[in-house]
Amino acid sequence: MNRRENLKLLFTGSLASGIFMTGCGPEAPKETLHAPTIGEGTKWGRTPEELAENAALQEDVFFTEDEMKKLNYLVDVIIPKDETSGSASEAGVPDFIEFIVKDMPYYKTPMRGGLMWLDTEAQDRYGKAYMEASEDERIKIIDDIAYPDQAKPEMARGVKFFNTLRNLTSTGFFTSPEGFKDLDYKGNTPNVWKGIPDEVMAEHGFKLEEKYLPIYMDPDTRHTLAQWDEEGNLIG
Amino acid sequence: MSFQIKSPGEAYDVIIVGSGAGGGMASKILSEAGFSVAVVEAGGDFDPAKEEDRTQLRPPWESPRRGASTRNRPFGDFDAAIGGWDIDGEPYTRTEGTEFDWFRSRMVGGRTNHWGRISLRFGPNDFKRKSIDGLGDNWPIGYEDIKPYYDKVDQLIGVFGSKEGILNEPDGYFLPPPKPRLHELFIKKGADKMNVPVIPSRLSILTKPINNDRGACFFCNQCNRACQAYADFSSGTCLVKPAMKKGKVDLYTHAMVRKVTTDEKGLATGVSYISKVDMKEYKLKSRVVVLGASACESARIMLNSKSSNHPDGLGNGSGMVGRYLHDSTGSDRMGFIPDLLGRKKYNEDGVGGMHVYTPWWLDNSKLNFARGYHIEYWGGMSMPSYGFGFGMDTIRKYITDEFGKPSQNGGYGAGLKKDIRSYFGTMVGMSGRGESIPRYENYCEIDNNTVDKYGIPVLKFNYNWTDQEINQAKHMQDTFEEVLTNSGAVLMGEKAGPDSKYGLHAPGRIIHEVGTTRMGDNPNTSVLNSNCQAHECKNLFVVDGGPFVSQADKNPTWTILALAWRTSDFIVGEMKKKNI
Ligand SMILES: Cc1cc2nc3c(=O)[nH]c(=O)nc-3n(C[C@H](O)[C@H](O)[C@H](O)COP(=O)(O)OP(=O)(O)OC[C@H]3O[C@@H](n4cnc5c(N)ncnc54)[C@H](O)[C@@H]3O)c2cc1C
Repeated sequence: MNRRENLKLLFTGSLASGIFMTGCGPEAPKETLHAPTIGEGTKWGRTPEELAENAALQEDVFFTEDEMKKLNYLVDVIIPKDETSGSASEAGVPDFIEFIVKDMPYYKTPMRGGLMWLDTEAQDRYGKAYMEASEDERIKIIDDIAYPDQAKPEMARGVKFFNTLRNLTSTGFFTSPEGFKDLDYKGNTPNVWKGIPDEVMAEHGFKLEEKYLPIYMDPDTRHTLAQWDEEGNLIG
Repeated sequence: MSFQIKSPGEAYDVIIVGSGAGGGMASKILSEAGFSVAVVEAGGDFDPAKEEDRTQLRPPWESPRRGASTRNRPFGDFDAAIGGWDIDGEPYTRTEGTEFDWFRSRMVGGRTNHWGRISLRFGPNDFKRKSIDGLGDNWPIGYEDIKPYYDKVDQLIGVFGSKEGILNEPDGYFLPPPKPRLHELFIKKGADKMNVPVIPSRLSILTKPINNDRGACFFCNQCNRACQAYADFSSGTCLVKPAMKKGKVDLYTHAMVRKVTTDEKGLATGVSYISKVDMKEYKLKSRVVVLGASACESARIMLNSKSSNHPDGLGNGSGMVGRYLHDSTGSDRMGFIPDLLGRKKYNEDGVGGMHVYTPWWLDNSKLNFARGYHIEYWGGMSMPSYGFGFGMDTIRKYITDEFGKPSQNGGYGAGLKKDIRSYFGTMVGMSGRGESIPRYENYCEIDNNTVDKYGIPVLKFNYNWTDQEINQAKHMQDTFEEVLTNSGAVLMGEKAGPDSKYGLHAPGRIIHEVGTTRMGDNPNTSVLNSNCQAHECKNLFVVDGGPFVSQADKNPTWTILALAWRTSDFIVGEMKKKNI
């Protein structure tokens, strides 16, 4: 390899791709609205090392079929379907948990051990594995570990596990399309933000400071080129 | 591995090491003056307008870890910065009993691809702190020397804000600031009660276009992912690439500079770099070398550039290279606003970052620490990602139903689901970022026992906070508690106390490290003169945070950019006069 080959002239001309203003000079350019790309893509800015790492994690399998069955049941106990949105299993939470414990290996033993603990607890109480117990019996065990402030000290291990599972289930659900629907999340949409809606200002009894009203950015007239006078006052 | 040195080609007028804030600005000004420029960058190319580099606007489920952080991306899977605290094959070490964490990005544009875009000018007092409190040193220049460059940077790059007329928070050429968000009004209400000012923030995001090459902000609140419209400032898209388009600029990527080469008179002749592509060493020649590899890395290159003329490293006759390393202080607190439970949903994104902030407002002569801090705020209905919904085992008790009845911690089922839904967008947080006292005793040096994977000796850090910084952090914690309580927020977590130095982050964690090649009039106590030219090597310049004498209670980058422009103007003059 010589110097020339090593030289990277990587400017790609992306400025010409039509998403930018077309005018020139401070006379306001006409076509200014940027229409950004949204949605799925393939490489999303990953380095080759990151792509390889993600692929390896995805290929690896951690939970056994039995464990997956238990997970599917448990995540829906934590986040069930209701009138607003679907359940955690419908939102793919078990697969998310499968990935995350491989990505963050410190979860592996607590999660595996916690799922096992449910079985040993069910054995001690009912003489059968957790998933073989009745719905009532299963929920009884959960009730004993789901409320950290009330749980008996001997339930501490179960409480810890259930806290972790609650965290992962909630985050897995609310970062899925179903979770966004549930939250009625309105962000991540370009060219929409306009400040606080009037009725929300009224609801909380807030007013914007008078002195800033003339200078706040106005989303509707923001596409003219900025110009200043010599004192740095914006005049265009 | 075969090791060969390629014979150098033609000499450039200027070689710039690093394409971050300082290097990018130098590439633009020096190429516009007609010089041939080589920008030598250790990382790969990056352009957020290219679909394959885009992480902006992606929902969390496009990341298998839902945006959680990785070793390579400590600020999350969608963050634009590639690198982090711990880069594979590029270690650094610390003296036992001291602390320092070093954040590096390896890509065109450096750390400006995802920085917070908080762009504050240093004020007149910030250059003369010793005259005010007797600590540290004064800069050899003052606000009036750098003001014209701040003015130019404002107009070239764009920053929004409001004219306030506060002496030590100089106003600039501002774009219109965005209106505050709802949680920011709660904070303002609380801060008003204790006379803590809350004013529009100053971020380098285009709320209006400033030229025809960059679009205006479309309000997605994701500047840290780098903007496909170039509506926020990053050095690669706003300085280096435009310079390449217009001028004689060659960009070398994956090129890790090992040292600055010198001649028998001790003048710089160019650089040696290792190509990461073939792991071979190459040489480039130039009339002038400009270091913009970031404060610590530029010091490392100088210390590694030993020769008979410069036995302790290039320009290090004073022994000052690496000394006076200092970062901003930082401490944080968060709370939860019950009034916001079940709030009405609307698009609350705005720009990437806070819409209001608090500049330093008190008189240090009445306090038990010498320097101030500003406060940054966050909160609201930002996009959920990994971690959202965590912690219901401790915070669910704050969530009440429509009759005001609180839930129990933990739980499961439809009730839990409803509570998380209602809790979305109710958290607020604040972070103090303050000025520390630069000290000779805080430094980086070459670790003689360790090399990186390119065979280059690495840095060893030696840094400790003093009571100055710890007392300041305590003041932050007290203030945060009061502001949050006055805002109607419930405080989350325990208040940080003396055992954690009041939540004071380890040095390096705020990523404002500067001072390692500081400027001064006395060559015995400084590395560079007031034009950022090495006292001992007249064709060597530093344009990153290294030249700072003190860091102020502001973020450093606007000053890096202004200084780099001023230094570049000086280089142009000296080259035209044939002084170098
Ligand atoms: C998360 C985050 C938030 C921040 N927020 C703010 C903020 O709001 N406001 C603010 O003012 N600042 C902020 N900063 C700090 C800001 O990013 C830095 O101050 C600024 O980028 C420093 O610029 P620089 O010129 O030192 O170069 P850098 O941006 O550090 O870039 C240096 C470049 O040099 C390259 N390089 C390093 N070593 C070599 C070598 N040996 N050979 C060749 N190339 C090399 C690197 O790969 C890199 O591209 C933030 C930083 C981070 C990480």
